[in-house]
Amino acid sequence: MSTTTAPTTAPPLGASAADDGASRRSAGVVRPRLSMPTRQRLITLLFLGPAIAYMALFFGYPLVKNIIMGFQDYTISTFFTGEAPWVGWSNYVAVITGPLFGTALMNTIIFTIGSIAGQFLLGLGLALFFRRRFPLAGVLRSLLLLPWLIPLIVASAVWKWLLDTETGALNRLLMNTGIVDSGIPWLSSPDLALFTVIMVNIWIGIPFNAVILHGGLQGIPEELYEAASIDGASRWHAFRHITWPMLRPVVSVVLVLGVVYTLKVLDVILGLTGGGPANATQILSTQAYQLSFTTFDFGQGAAVSNMLIVLALLFAVIYLRLNRRAVDE
Amino acid sequence: MTMPQMSSPAGPRRAAPGREPGPPISRRAFTAAGLAAPLAGLLAGCGRGADAAPGVLRVLDSYGNEPDSTFIGDALTKAADAVGVELERVSVDGSALIQKVLQQGSSGTLPDILMLDNPNLQQIAATTALRPFGELGIPTDGYAEGILDACTYDGQIYGLAPTVNTIALFYDVRALDEAGVEPPTTWEELREAAAALTGDGRHGIAFCASADYEGTWQFLPFFWSSGADETAIDSRPAAEALGLLQDLVADGSASPSVVNWGQVEVKDQFVAGRAAMMVNGPWQIPGMADVEGLEYDVVEIPVPAAGATSVAPLGGEVWTVPATGDSTKESLAAEVLTAFFSDESQLAMGAERYTVPGRTALAEQYLRRRPEMETFTELVGDARARTAQLGADWPDAATALYTAVQLALTRQASPAEALARAEEQL
Repeated sequence: MSTTTAPTTAPPLGASAADDGASRRSAGVVRPRLSMPTRQRLITLLFLGPAIAYMALFFGYPLVKNIIMGFQDYTISTFFTGEAPWVGWSNYVAVITGPLFGTALMNTIIFTIGSIAGQFLLGLGLALFFRRRFPLAGVLRSLLLLPWLIPLIVASAVWKWLLDTETGALNRLLMNTGIVDSGIPWLSSPDLALFTVIMVNIWIGIPFNAVILHGGLQGIPEELYEAASIDGASRWHAFRHITWPMLRPVVSVVLVLGVVYTLKVLDVILGLTGGGPANATQILSTQAYQLSFTTFDFGQGAAVSNMLIVLALLFAVIYLRLNRRAVDE
Repeated sequence: MTMPQMSSPAGPRRAAPGREPGPPISRRAFTAAGLAAPLAGLLAGCGRGADAAPGVLRVLDSYGNEPDSTFIGDALTKAADAVGVELERVSVDGSALIQKVLQQGSSGTLPDILMLDNPNLQQIAATTALRPFGELGIPTDGYAEGILDACTYDGQIYGLAPTVNTIALFYDVRALDEAGVEPPTTWEELREAAAALTGDGRHGIAFCASADYEGTWQFLPFFWSSGADETAIDSRPAAEALGLLQDLVADGSASPSVVNWGQVEVKDQFVAGRAAMMVNGPWQIPGMADVEGLEYDVVEIPVPAAGATSVAPLGGEVWTVPATGDSTKESLAAEVLTAFFSDESQLAMGAERYTVPGRTALAEQYLRRRPEMETFTELVGDARARTAQLGADWPDAATALYTAVQLALTRQASPAEALARAEEQL
């Protein structure tokens, strides 16, 4: 916030120089009806206007509304009567002391860390792999995008079908090859279900990670590797001292965006297990959804999603800080 | 590749300081105008949808799929023609219906005729969004008790179901013949029959125990027939009912996947011969008609002991007249619904959609046209409405019930523990 007061007192050097340039240029010409600074301000606003309006309407309003809703007793009746009594923190208290919150929070953490670790490592592996040139690399690389192209609800329906304990293709394969004797209850065992949904979510997230990381790898100059190989660096050394440091800004982007995307995953779990069995795959986003749209307790639903927003915001701040450091370097 | 965002944090800061503190009003006004213009347009757009031409009634329902969409559409058109009005009908997906209703409620654009799933009626009626049928003069006599229970809020009737449904036990006639098993009528017989029918890639029974209201709905006939009650779900009879389902899964008579199956998947298992019996509703009948070599019959869901009554849950969609403030249209809507609820209309829809007419007196006539619906017709007469006792609080109890079912069936808890833990959630 301190930056907003700064301009009136001491404009930084670069900026004032630019301004001087502008006034010097306007000195010689016929003066327009509006003074140059006013005109410029108008133009600035004209350019900014649509963006600000869009942000305020589609991001600001829902966000503020959601925050307020978290403090209200917001039910079905509210939609018709407009009455939503202010209840202070009681929605938060109800949610946090509820029996599900601990499970959901723990599952959210496991789900997020598991998904991100899997997506990132596999994505990085694939990105490095596709860095090499080999026949059909382009075709294979575009095939890699497939999970991204399939609507999530379709993907989860197909996975649910593949993972069925008795009739699912995966268990059939495992049983026919003699690896297991009886079907593994991928989605119907509370001990396994969270692991399974993480696996499916990793599959969904690989393309995003691989594509962005591959893009980052393209930006690393080939000469560095040539120089390193002349110096006798091994593959690992090249990765450790060239690829990784050069890729770091992209890595931070991928990881932070990944965390934010994973925190809000909803459709995958709804499609696969609906939060079950026995709440084994209940995460904060599914809890928020169920509170709002199946039990119609919009106040508590908003409270849960506000906590998710804070979590996501935390990572967004980390992202911005990492970014700034990357730029400074 | 460099990310374009990377330079952005520094960007705006450099540009801002150059400005002198200009006149604040013009800037604010400008921004306000920019914000207001699209908003005003948006609001105007919303408002326009509300009032269609006079003589055109707006209808909202969730019959988005064929052939139901056409059957309902035809019945509605017939009723509208009798009254002399036109209908503008919108069908949304079942899961999106309540959200649509809430949107319309908050923007004052509710339709003139609205369909709701029966457990939602009391919640919506509680918001004062609906008109009572008594005031509108829509006849409400002759309906099954369960329908009236579901549609009554605060002593007034706010909706009616022209046809209703429930669930029962479907069985594969040939599978039972081969195993020498009679269709079960008691829990003990059900355990034995299911065990005897299990084997060779087939389970004795399939049912739905998913983590949603569908799972609750399928548990209810066992729960209620045991004598348990949703006002106190942690009870011994309830634990016995849940114990039955737990045993069926534990001894392999039912697949452990039941905790992930919806009712459609249950039907798929049955049709594919991977389950000899299933708990399901008559809406699956059209889909099973074309299955070659499948011969099935339907009996009531078994009861704890011989002589007990099988209590079925009442299913079906109810039709209501929202309070739109336009009394002319409200009374036209009432006339259309009166025609839509006529005996002839109920019989036609019932026969086409394999649902039972809401008026109990039509049962005999109906069975002459649809003899295969006998079990369901008998059950519906005494079927219990989910919201009969708890009204708008039903969703909480329903959530607790499917949670208990999931806990018990995945062996996280004994039936009694599962119910106790679920009760705590309430």
